[in-house]
Amino acid sequence: MSMDLLAHLQELDNLITREKPKGGALIPVLHQAQELYGYLPKELQDYIADGLGIPQSNVYGVVTFYAFFTTKPRGRHRVGLCLGTACYVRGNTKNLERLSRELGVNAGESTPDLRYSLEVCRCIGLCSKAPAIMIDKSVHSKVQPDQVAEILSRYE
Amino acid sequence: MTTLTINGKTIEAPGGTILEVSQANGIRIPTLCNHPALAPKGACRLCLVEVKGSRVLQPACTFPISEGMEVQTESPKVRAARKFVLELLLSDHPKDCMTCEMCGNCELQDLIYEYGVKETPFVGDHHEYPLDDRDPFILRDMEKCIHCRRCIRACDEIQAVNAITMINRGFRSKVATSFDTRLQDSNCVFCGQCISVCPTGALTEKDSHGQGRVWQTTKVTTTCPYCGVGCNFDLNIRDGKVVKVTSNWNNPVNKGALCVKGRFGWQFLHSPDRLTIPLMKSSLWKEHKGTEGAPSRYEGFVEADWETALDAVAKGLLTAKSEDGPDAVGILASAKCTNEENYLIQKLARREIGTNNIDHCARL
Amino acid sequence: MTLKELERIRAKAQKELAVRGVEISPDSELKPPRPGEVRVVLRNCGQIDPERIEDYIAKDGYFALYKVLNMTPEQVIEEAKRSGLRGRGGAGFPPGQKWFFARQAVASRPAPADGTPPAYLICNGDEGDPGAFMDRAVLEGDPNSVLEGMAIAAYAMGATQGYIYVRAEYPVAVEHLQTAIPQARRLGLLGKNIFGKGFDFDVDIRIGAGAFVCGEETALIDSIEGRRGEPRPRPPFPAVSGLWGKPTSVNNVETLANIPQIFLNGADWFAGMGTEKSKGTKTFAIAGKVKNAGLIEVPMGITMREIIYDIGEGILNKKKFKAAQTGGPLGGCLPAKYLDTPIDFESLAAAGSLMGSGGLIVLDENDCMVDVARFFMDFTQDESCGKCPPCCLGTKRLLEILTRMTQAEGTAEDLQTIEYLTENISTTSLCALGQGSVNPVVTTMRHFRDEYESHVYKKFCPSGVCKGMFHYEILADVCNGCGVCRKKCPDKVIKGDKKVVHEIDLPNCIVCGDCYKACKFDAIAIRPGPTPKSRLPERR
Ligand SMILES: Cc1cc2nc3c(=O)[nH]c(=O)nc-3n(C[C@H](O)[C@H](O)[C@H](O)COP(=O)(O)O)c2cc1C
Ligand code: SF4
Ligand code: SF4
Ligand code: SF4
Ligand code: FES
Ligand code: FES
Repeated sequence: MSMDLLAHLQELDNLITREKPKGGALIPVLHQAQELYGYLPKELQDYIADGLGIPQSNVYGVVTFYAFFTTKPRGRHRVGLCLGTACYVRGNTKNLERLSRELGVNAGESTPDLRYSLEVCRCIGLCSKAPAIMIDKSVHSKVQPDQVAEILSRYE
Repeated sequence: MTTLTINGKTIEAPGGTILEVSQANGIRIPTLCNHPALAPKGACRLCLVEVKGSRVLQPACTFPISEGMEVQTESPKVRAARKFVLELLLSDHPKDCMTCEMCGNCELQDLIYEYGVKETPFVGDHHEYPLDDRDPFILRDMEKCIHCRRCIRACDEIQAVNAITMINRGFRSKVATSFDTRLQDSNCVFCGQCISVCPTGALTEKDSHGQGRVWQTTKVTTTCPYCGVGCNFDLNIRDGKVVKVTSNWNNPVNKGALCVKGRFGWQFLHSPDRLTIPLMKSSLWKEHKGTEGAPSRYEGFVEADWETALDAVAKGLLTAKSEDGPDAVGILASAKCTNEENYLIQKLARREIGTNNIDHCARL
Repeated sequence: MTLKELERIRAKAQKELAVRGVEISPDSELKPPRPGEVRVVLRNCGQIDPERIEDYIAKDGYFALYKVLNMTPEQVIEEAKRSGLRGRGGAGFPPGQKWFFARQAVASRPAPADGTPPAYLICNGDEGDPGAFMDRAVLEGDPNSVLEGMAIAAYAMGATQGYIYVRAEYPVAVEHLQTAIPQARRLGLLGKNIFGKGFDFDVDIRIGAGAFVCGEETALIDSIEGRRGEPRPRPPFPAVSGLWGKPTSVNNVETLANIPQIFLNGADWFAGMGTEKSKGTKTFAIAGKVKNAGLIEVPMGITMREIIYDIGEGILNKKKFKAAQTGGPLGGCLPAKYLDTPIDFESLAAAGSLMGSGGLIVLDENDCMVDVARFFMDFTQDESCGKCPPCCLGTKRLLEILTRMTQAEGTAEDLQTIEYLTENISTTSLCALGQGSVNPVVTTMRHFRDEYESHVYKKFCPSGVCKGMFHYEILADVCNGCGVCRKKCPDKVIKGDKKVVHEIDLPNCIVCGDCYKACKFDAIAIRPGPTPKSRLPERR
């Protein structure tokens, strides 16, 4: 795995300088770094570790603890299917099967063309409109399996 | 003073945790994640005790005593809970005591024995990791890890290296370096502190494998010869040979901590290459003794005796001093010597030879 | 900021608001109050523009803070205690008590010499319970009420810095807070010397990163400090040693949103609502198999029947109610016999469940209770931090057993092992996640043991959920041959002419359930025994 750390180095440095003086800077920095680079490969984690003066192991320990952080590149569109209680009892597993078939990947994977990544999440606060799917920052509620393909096609 | 009862016995103590107070009063409470050299964590749940008024069982290692507290450390409920935890641990553990390096010296094995956990009632997934022998000195068998985090705390609290940490979450969590690399590729300094605190066979000394069970070896406390700090450790000796170095937690100098040389650099002790008699250049010997001398393994050197060798050195020094003055001599002392030895050598330089040309390798 | 200025802003804003009105987004979870609802926490949601602090002031916003700053902290704590408010984050601990302990701890130590805050107040907006979204509604719809509650709490306990921890899944809540905080600072309602009373308080946002356990207060603190969110044993409680070792109070969003109202209207007003030990109102997020799902706020002590049948308008598709799941993954499933129990902290706990954050998921006859238990165990197992063996390994073992049961591989011994596991996990786990993780299993075992036994002894899932443990049969005496099922069947294995009894070609049926759902005449029944294809994975 190689990555171009230089792509956003200036922003990354500013970010580290800005957050470092505040306590507990690691998680905010990881959030924003993931926003910049899309994912958190080793080079980036180590750079952040050095910048914040935190052991590299601890950075990796934190990244792998939280589901939100990823060490692999993700698709342009993050398809988050909710498997919270309400969505589960209202049949979102059927939508998951359908999504998985449409995209040809399992939950937690990205399509080879990096257009989509498929993730399972636990409740996005739309329970009364279950079953729900969140793509990037927009939500789709009361989704039926037959609508899945059409919804996906809206995300280039 | 705080007054409390433990197992019905009234006890007075100035403060501390239930575990500390119990131990001070001769009441043994089993522990796994606790280690006297490390901050308590409350993770393993082996030290659970009943505290009157509490719905759940409480860990003795972190729970502070308070006035009027009533504690039960051996009630049926407590023993059942500990057995339950051990059964769970066993359900994710290779039952490999026969060949495990730590057999007889393993805190988990001792507790499984004490609580009579012959079988675990749980069947299911267990961790499968290949034996990690990619590194020198340290062998990692993470299937045997019980996630007590003693190693992580030692690496952090004692060693301040933080090479290892817990990665992932829940059942998938594992003790590892950043990106689960070899220790060599992390900032690990191979001090082996992690091994010294690991209660199981998860972390062991690679070079000591198969060399002797704990009951086949004797421990001899000694001072490390590598540098002048004076760290103590225990040589583990079997049949007159050193097979392992282990931490000695009781000595005040290093309190169990060691560096890579002290802990792992012992194989040279039994090396046939070691010099056991002084060697002298053949020409020098001839100059002194007028004979050829006994040939040695090394070309140009003969085997000498201490008397002759030291005479030659003394003579050489005196000649140098008388011919070119005391400052023609310089002495470089070694970090491997004790303070006392270093004191004496500077006396030799200053008083006997009369030069201030005395230095020490640790200063360079 | 002075009282005069605040009053001036209020008068102006009230006029503006009356003219402008507020457009409720059609996407909102929140409908206008239904009969039986009393809105305290949600009173402003949908009524004001959450991105304009003036709107909040128009609704008497920040007047409670002014009032409080003219009281002593001790008086504030006393008033909070007198109101009978209990924490809405799950455990039901009175916030006044928490602030009292924190205040004591602050007093017992020297003031920090390095200029760092003497204590912290944390607002817990992690809202991890799947099926609960009230905190999201408040943060999105009325962020200032939470900020004002935080300032009051901070004054009472002696904190000068606050953190509000919001889960990453709530980007809009974060956005609205990011607007509200600078607005409040600009008006001097956050920052130094608020209302000229010498009280300093500011708030920072922290965003979660997808870990349910971080809702637990000690894990939350570790997470704010930038570490893995692994719970720590208590004592020491955060009130004594919390964020960066300082006295800290962690309070839930809904708890804090109640605070300004209590000080505006008085503790007696608040204590006038609810039951003896649970005062005030509670929001519930009703979801699942209920017609009118959504967010409601009702006085404590209302019954589940009123919530589900009156406010929620009953069960979807004329199905039979089976259970209500309350309290999220750490709560339990309550059967019909609890429908008329007044809901409060005590009664739910007595029934083996939890108030939790107020999620209420309605389950009907087509929900399998063994599968529901497995579902929750899957959740907690996935979210266990891994620190202590009872939770990390215990929930794993429970999940494995429940999974086997839903795959027709359960044994009688498994039933005993489940009981052994649940009893012990709840008393030996380090934190409330492990301790509570067994509740869904315990309650379903207690109230729906017949379903477990059917799975184990008959290998039959009577609710028609567990694949390979049932099949469908068209009842000859009910079917009128309408043909809907035939058209719905994806594999075209239903045969039958119009107006003639239909039949399923069982050897080829994949038991997808489309016919069962489609039949309007209840002519399709769930029967024991698999079909040859029903064990195939759904993904073809
Ligand atoms: C696993 C777990 C998850 C929790 N999640 C939340 C949460 O999402 N929001 C919350 O307010 N409290 C949560 N709590 C409860 C908190 O630990 C804490 O009791 C609460 O925030 C205190 O606020 P309150 O006194 O206002 O209720 C959780 C507890 C546990 C054990
Ligand atoms: S050998 Fe020392 S530095 Fe390396 S992991 Fe172990 S404790 Fe840490
Ligand atoms: S490797 Fe050893 S010391 Fe480290 S967590 Fe595992 S069992 Fe404990
Ligand atoms: S009970 Fe579960 S979540 Fe809590 S500390 Fe133990 S492993 Fe972690
Ligand atoms: S359970 Fe899916 S949005 Fe809440
Ligand atoms: S020794 Fe106390 S919990 Fe491990």
